[in-house]
Amino acid sequence: MIPILQVLVDAISLGSLYALATLGVGLVFGVLRLINFAYGDFITVASYALILPAAGATAEVFIGRWPWPFLVAAVVLVVVILALVSEFLVFRPLRTAKPAVLMIGSFALGYIIQNAIIVVYNARPKAVGIWSGLGEAIQFGGLRVPGLQIVTIVATLSLLGALVLFLKRSPFGIQMRAASEDFLMARMLGVRGNTVIGTAFVISGFLAAIVSLLFVAQVGVVSFHMGVPLMLFAFIATVIGGMGSLTGAVIGGYAVGFASIFLQALLPEHLRTFRDAFVFAVVIVILLVWPQGLVMSRTARERV
Amino acid sequence: MSARALVRTGLARNATPIVLSGSMALIVLATAAANSALLDRTVTEALLRVVFVVGLYIFVGNSGVVSFGHTAFMAVGAYATAWQDCCSMTKSFYMPALPKFMLESTVPPPLATVGSGVFASLFAVAVGVAIIRLSGIGASIATFAVLAIVNVVFSNWDSLTAGTSTVVGIPGYTDHWVGLLWAVIAVAAAHVYQTSRFGLSLRVSREDEVAAKAAGVDIVRQRLIAFVISAFFVGVSGALYAHFLGTISVDAFYLDVTFITLAMLVVGGMNSLSGAVVGVVAVSALIEVLRQLEHGFGVGGITISVPGGTQEIGLGVALLLILIFRQSGITGNREIAWPLSRLMPKPPAEAARAARASASGAADWRLSTVAGGVPARESSEQQQRRGES
Repeated sequence: MIPILQVLVDAISLGSLYALATLGVGLVFGVLRLINFAYGDFITVASYALILPAAGATAEVFIGRWPWPFLVAAVVLVVVILALVSEFLVFRPLRTAKPAVLMIGSFALGYIIQNAIIVVYNARPKAVGIWSGLGEAIQFGGLRVPGLQIVTIVATLSLLGALVLFLKRSPFGIQMRAASEDFLMARMLGVRGNTVIGTAFVISGFLAAIVSLLFVAQVGVVSFHMGVPLMLFAFIATVIGGMGSLTGAVIGGYAVGFASIFLQALLPEHLRTFRDAFVFAVVIVILLVWPQGLVMSRTARERV
Repeated sequence: MSARALVRTGLARNATPIVLSGSMALIVLATAAANSALLDRTVTEALLRVVFVVGLYIFVGNSGVVSFGHTAFMAVGAYATAWQDCCSMTKSFYMPALPKFMLESTVPPPLATVGSGVFASLFAVAVGVAIIRLSGIGASIATFAVLAIVNVVFSNWDSLTAGTSTVVGIPGYTDHWVGLLWAVIAVAAAHVYQTSRFGLSLRVSREDEVAAKAAGVDIVRQRLIAFVISAFFVGVSGALYAHFLGTISVDAFYLDVTFITLAMLVVGGMNSLSGAVVGVVAVSALIEVLRQLEHGFGVGGITISVPGGTQEIGLGVALLLILIFRQSGITGNREIAWPLSRLMPKPPAEAARAARASASGAADWRLSTVAGGVPARESSEQQQRRGES
């Protein structure tokens, strides 16, 4: 029983991380139909914000030493500004372009950010330890749960709660949902497009910062391409969850997290190195069975 | 019809591949004359990318489905080459799991190149049968999943691919002539395909899936055909690449290649064959210029060089600027025709066809629009919904 619970906690914790990242991708997709490949680099920038810009081999932790409320606020601020600037400089001029063009645009932006990081910080991974106290495990009966996993799960659940409240109750949130459903109609009814898209980028940047902090606290290393795999999993989770549906994004994130952890636990030893291949095979199967994603949004269906 | 008229019609109809191939041949001739090893390398690499991107275009451009997975075919092609003609001495050390007859034989490089393309095609059939009925973004993700699976499997199947370590000792066979030959073959094949009834059917489905179905197009079958042809050329580009470098490693066939090739296609104009070639040439030239700048250049005896990292950042910025100012690519999704074709008298057959077309109206016009590679019509609804004031 205990081993199963242990795996389950791992799965929920990883799933939470993916769910947050997926929401960040999904929110922007909802209003802009943009698959933001630069999202992974937003995550990377958030981690590098913890250390001083210097090309040396070791990291000079600066913001990373602040008390946590200030630390979180500072990192969030950095990423939100980056998200807004990229929206203004890159995605606004491309807003009427085809989805493939937007996507390549976001890739180019990500490429610029990655290389800017290399120029400023150099390409080697750097050790950055934050919140080392959270590494210690807490005992629940026979179950050992690292404090960080609890923080990840609690943070995710409270952010999800806050986001639901925001989307259902606040005027901004309602406008945003309207815009996801039918951008043109929403605008005709007086929703300001720029505000809605700006809000989506702000929330997306905020989520990137949180994902990044939770991730760095776990792995203790930053590198210039650290965000890319997270982004890819978020991207996949968005699609299998159902593009344009926020519930779907959360479900997709957890689905990918669960698939990774359970395959890791269940696969025989000699196949474990192939785990990611199995995860992606599961993704293909899900797509074949539910081509519109697990949760179908009303707008995803193509009208004739 | 007289022989002269026949030639004229042929030239006019095949203007795109002739102009593209001719330009590539001119570039290669100029390189051969310049006799610079560095330039030669750059041009050969660009030609290999032409083979890849034209292959990619055969599927992406005609079907409108963006594929992130074609790099997998390149990897398959490159490793298939290693299996066929790599290092007879160390082969059993690198790839002990190969069947005995492959361990003991060495295929000549030209044949191995074709063989690798065929192998990539077979792989595409297997993959395509499973995933090709997806459309839109789901299809893109599925192709990406295929790439990720190939990457994981090749990185870990040590007895067949030497894992993440580099396979060395593949004979050097690719030079600029071989690159040119395959680039010309790829362009010609893409042209023949897209003007065939298969290509036209697929292009119709790209413009309007529902209308294509109503007109009797079997979209899944047409996509699969394009997917397999496209995988052949991408596989060949992998084989040529292996023969060019002499070494291969799994990491060389992942996201970087995927994105740079897609960027080339989109920058050139993803719905036209000319766009695929122009995109490769433009982006390769850009990379080369930035690389030179980083190396330093002399002005009046002083060497000026821009700081390191500028090459990559400059490339990113340039890509963005092109995308922002020319959203449908450099070619605007149009095909290149004869430079002075308006001044040339129309061959009689063409003129007659044109007259018939204008008389009979919509049906013919529609086909010729699709065939001519006029930009894909984005639904006006979508344009408006995002068109912010």
